[in-house]
Amino acid sequence: MPSNKTVSDAPITQFINCQILKDHKLHREDLWVRDGRILDPEKLFFDEQGYADRRVDCGGDILAPGFIDVQINGGYGVDFSQPSGDTGAGVAFVARKVLEHGVTSFCPTLVTSPPHVYHQVLPEVKVQNGGVHGAGVLGVHLEGPFISLEKKGAHPERFIRTFGGPGGPGGPGGVDHLLEVYGCLDNVAMVTLAPELAGSQSVVEELCHRGIRVSLGHSVANLSQAEEAVQQGASFITHLFNAMLPFHHRDPGIVGLLTSDQIPADRLVYYGMIADGIHTNPAALRIAHRAHPTGLVLVTDAITAMGLPPGRHTLGQQVIEIQGLHAYVAGTTTLSGSIATMDMCVRHFKHASGCSVPEALEAASLHPAQLLGISSRKGSLQYGSDADLVLLDDQLNVKATFISGEEVWRK
Amino acid sequence: MRLVILEDYELASEWAAKYIRNRIIQFKPTAEKYFTLGLPTGSTPYNCYEKLIDYHKSGDLSFKYVKTFNMDEYVGLPRAHPESYHSYMWNNFFKHVDIDPANAHILDGNAQDLEAECAIFEKKIADAGGIDLFVGGIGPDGHIAFNEPGSSLVSRTRVKTLAKDTIVANARFFGNDLSKVPTMALTVGVGTVMDAREVMILITGAHKAFALYKAIEDGVNHMWTVSAFQQHPRTIFVCDEDATLELRVKTVKYFKGIMHVHNRLVDPVLTMKND
Repeated sequence: MPSNKTVSDAPITQFINCQILKDHKLHREDLWVRDGRILDPEKLFFDEQGYADRRVDCGGDILAPGFIDVQINGGYGVDFSQPSGDTGAGVAFVARKVLEHGVTSFCPTLVTSPPHVYHQVLPEVKVQNGGVHGAGVLGVHLEGPFISLEKKGAHPERFIRTFGGPGGPGGPGGVDHLLEVYGCLDNVAMVTLAPELAGSQSVVEELCHRGIRVSLGHSVANLSQAEEAVQQGASFITHLFNAMLPFHHRDPGIVGLLTSDQIPADRLVYYGMIADGIHTNPAALRIAHRAHPTGLVLVTDAITAMGLPPGRHTLGQQVIEIQGLHAYVAGTTTLSGSIATMDMCVRHFKHASGCSVPEALEAASLHPAQLLGISSRKGSLQYGSDADLVLLDDQLNVKATFISGEEVWRK
Repeated sequence: MRLVILEDYELASEWAAKYIRNRIIQFKPTAEKYFTLGLPTGSTPYNCYEKLIDYHKSGDLSFKYVKTFNMDEYVGLPRAHPESYHSYMWNNFFKHVDIDPANAHILDGNAQDLEAECAIFEKKIADAGGIDLFVGGIGPDGHIAFNEPGSSLVSRTRVKTLAKDTIVANARFFGNDLSKVPTMALTVGVGTVMDAREVMILITGAHKAFALYKAIEDGVNHMWTVSAFQQHPRTIFVCDEDATLELRVKTVKYFKGIMHVHNRLVDPVLTMKND
């Protein structure tokens, strides 16, 4: 039964028999989509005297906003930081595969790299909408190279830099140097940096001015340095607990931002958590969640080996061994990165923290959308939002993924 | 009149819902011949709507060939406001059933010309061939729809300023803040409802008992506008025990005594399955 077409000719889809995530709760309600956006059915009924052209029966399953992964380094053998000649194709390949995990938008992440890699790769990774071809690219997450040598983690030491440029640290050279290193910032959504590096202040301000999120990570900053950076505009913490000073009761360091009273009143500090059960002890995950539940953002920080079957794989210069959810440098017990998928992280987070289903789902959708400042069109099922959806069973296993209301993957 | 007395709110709602179901199905509505239903809002019919939705979900009742006309709507309240009668009808009924939106008529309290809106509504009812069954409730002050005490018993659809009693009764829907309750409403007239071929009034709860007494045991009086239905050829009052508390024992005994006659109207309950 179609609408009377007074507002639009586009067909209307009604998702029935579903539990939708709305106002932080699951409701047994139908979800209506038109033109790739979520439609207000009451307005449709009274204003247009319209109704659905087709119905999709969700069989009682949960219909939630599609997951948003703001930190993913590659997967299925693709490494975004390796200039391969066609990074665009690599990103597109991963974009299609992550649909299986319920991810509808993501930020391809580049680890610390030399300038020529940025200059080659960045122009090839464009912000674009998702669809049947794959999850949408929200922009690149540049993790490094302006990080602390001490907290490099798995980043290559020789490419780590400070902000010192021709103008010296702190001067306008800081930002110019940044631009020299990265090249073009057009498709960049977020930059992770260490705020204790001299000259970071002007950089943080400039990046925020350009609408790029600034994240603190791979850093030995103390709490005051971190708070200053937040006051200048930083709004995210890259994989909390990992690659930063541990919480100390007289100087909580970056971790202290979760309960800091120096955060400007109108803002929240968000923090990424790799909830794969390996990178963070569940007790630490619970402490963070309980201290600051509304800021928790689930990230996969997945590496090239994510999605590959168990066993040995040669990836670039490394040989990795995959055993279950662990990825080791072959022949050692050194973790070489995370290979959990986003839906695994959501399930693990719910299980480890004891949180509710809505909370677990929002940590992977609403919170990253809020972090990136796109929550008016992504990350929730409010009227007018993009209809990027994930259909999940009670155990939060992904059964189908939709982008702009169209089914793009089904189990 | 028929006075149908059930033990409690749940049973009264169920009886009423079954009656509506049977009337629609007996009528055998088609695209050429719609069943026209007048509908109320408020807490009294809530459970009745739930049951009608259940009948629809089970496949026993379809509203595809039913046209509905609501009794009233607040003036000046945005249509999307959660307490507007549009919102009530959408959330508690329309969104769960298969009625064609073009056949669901509710007065527009935000119309530019309220009087014209009322006249158009009357015309829509006439064009639809009149109302087959008008379902309504009763206010504690004995009003039907928003026909407050003193309303003409032959009144038509018009703008009414609400009585203090009504505003107080509705305050619970506006956070108990009297200043937030709309003061005017568009309402069908007493005469409009009297024109219906059949009328069913739902009355439940002890707080409605005095109004019921005034409506059926006292005279026809414009101060208790529901009393007008004493002069309607086919009216059913469906109530629970609590609503009968102010009636004479004799009245209650008489109508309870003929309950087996009333029950033939809802038993057997008909179905549209296999149609």
